[in-house]
Amino acid sequence: MIKKRFILNFPPDSGDKPLSYHLVKEYDIRINILKAEVFPGKRGSLLLELQGTAANIEKGIDYLVRHNVDCEPLEKRIRFQEERCIDCGNCVAVCFAGALTMGPPDWKLQFDKSQCVVCELCVTACPLKLFEINFQ
Amino acid sequence: MTTKTYDEINRKIKSGKAVILTAEEVSEMARNTSPEEIAEKVDVVTTATFGAMCSSGAIINFGHASPPIRMEKIRLNGVPAYEGLAAVDAYIGATACDPERPEYGGAHVIQELIEGREIELEAWGKGTDCYPRKYIKTKITKDSVNEIYLFNPRNAYQNYNVAVNTTKKLIHTYMGTLLPGLRNATYSTSGELSPLLNDPEMRTIGIGTRIFLGGTEGFVVWPGTQYNTSKPVNEFGIPVSNARTIAVIGNLKEMSPEFVQAAYFDRYGTSLFVGIGIPIPVLDADMARRVSVRNDQIETSVLDYGSPGAPKIGQVTYAELRSGQIQVSGRKVRTAPVASLSKARRIAELLKTALLEGRFEISQPVKMFPSENSLKSLVETDKPGKEMQP
Repeated sequence: MIKKRFILNFPPDSGDKPLSYHLVKEYDIRINILKAEVFPGKRGSLLLELQGTAANIEKGIDYLVRHNVDCEPLEKRIRFQEERCIDCGNCVAVCFAGALTMGPPDWKLQFDKSQCVVCELCVTACPLKLFEINFQ
Repeated sequence: MTTKTYDEINRKIKSGKAVILTAEEVSEMARNTSPEEIAEKVDVVTTATFGAMCSSGAIINFGHASPPIRMEKIRLNGVPAYEGLAAVDAYIGATACDPERPEYGGAHVIQELIEGREIELEAWGKGTDCYPRKYIKTKITKDSVNEIYLFNPRNAYQNYNVAVNTTKKLIHTYMGTLLPGLRNATYSTSGELSPLLNDPEMRTIGIGTRIFLGGTEGFVVWPGTQYNTSKPVNEFGIPVSNARTIAVIGNLKEMSPEFVQAAYFDRYGTSLFVGIGIPIPVLDADMARRVSVRNDQIETSVLDYGSPGAPKIGQVTYAELRSGQIQVSGRKVRTAPVASLSKARRIAELLKTALLEGRFEISQPVKMFPSENSLKSLVETDKPGKEMQP
């Protein structure tokens, strides 16, 4: 069993299909919705954590793609200019998900993208504007 | 009893025999070494900080154009610079900005100048007999101008408060984004490594103290604005909230972008991260005791930035802050710094190496700072009449 987070972007006409039901029922994937934005008739975006076997998750993602859902691993939607980071900690202060952490011994920023919940607070909290997250 | 003079220490530095430790190293050493022994063994302790210091800026002399202009309004990459200094002198403050573009400020202009980049200068004058020109638009760099030096009126605060927010609304401050309902706490000094916490009564830091500033040599030139000696101190002689400050100067042409960094705090404004290192001579056992102060002995106040007047709602040590969690009003609150300890450590190490290699020397202040000073508030003498109030 593995856990992996994906950002899903739905086309305007996909709102009527129970896609997540099929993920659970047919691919035995546990899903956890971490963030959702739905604008009926326009678009929808989801942050999903999928838990299951690697093979099933791959099949589940294929299923979604076949239904015109754009699926991308979360970390591919996060851009962080690490080389410019000064390790100030402003992003750590707002990251309640625990993706951004800092501590002994070296007090350098650690970024575990797999823990991100796309709250996007770091995007504005970083005084150097080093984060970019593309949810839509 | 060991006592050393500045000259004696400098002679040891020159001959490569001086013992130099960082403030963190000496604090560790003090766990099993007495102040008297430390005074005997250690000559200089290096301290450092790298934090956002809003009261920073640069003085520039652009040089005269032909025909000349008396610059009465100045913009640098669109950011207003202070023009009320003769014809071609200016001061660009870190927090200055065009209100239409609040995320780009004087701090960014300063950083780009340090990086060697070109900045657009635009200036206007009314035209006079001796300065006939009324307008100029040109490009400048740090090398094209006559002088450009950082002159920061208030830096390196001696201690600073912890910021929390007890309200239900997320707030944006210079201490970072504060989540509602006491869900985070931010702090900004480098604790036992912080310059003014290692010399709490300013016995060795005064006018003329040679320091590390932004990657080069700088000097302490005056007490910083809001210099305050009257804050309550704890049993270790440490003021438990922001107290003393320093005004500093250094040649921007020699600075490094590694140690000066522009910042924009969302819905607050721009500021400048400044790297400062101060060597503190261990003149005697008293100074040895001062530089040995540890994070668990340095306390600071927890202020609620969400409530009017930012009331104090707690007091914690830097050891607690560094643990990642503090107790405030009976609740566990997650902590995070908003100043870079890793950069501060790098500065302390660089300064240590420079002293060990005899490339830096310590300086005795030509004048010490006032031993007593407290702050005044701004009194409003002309309160608006009823018709002015909303």
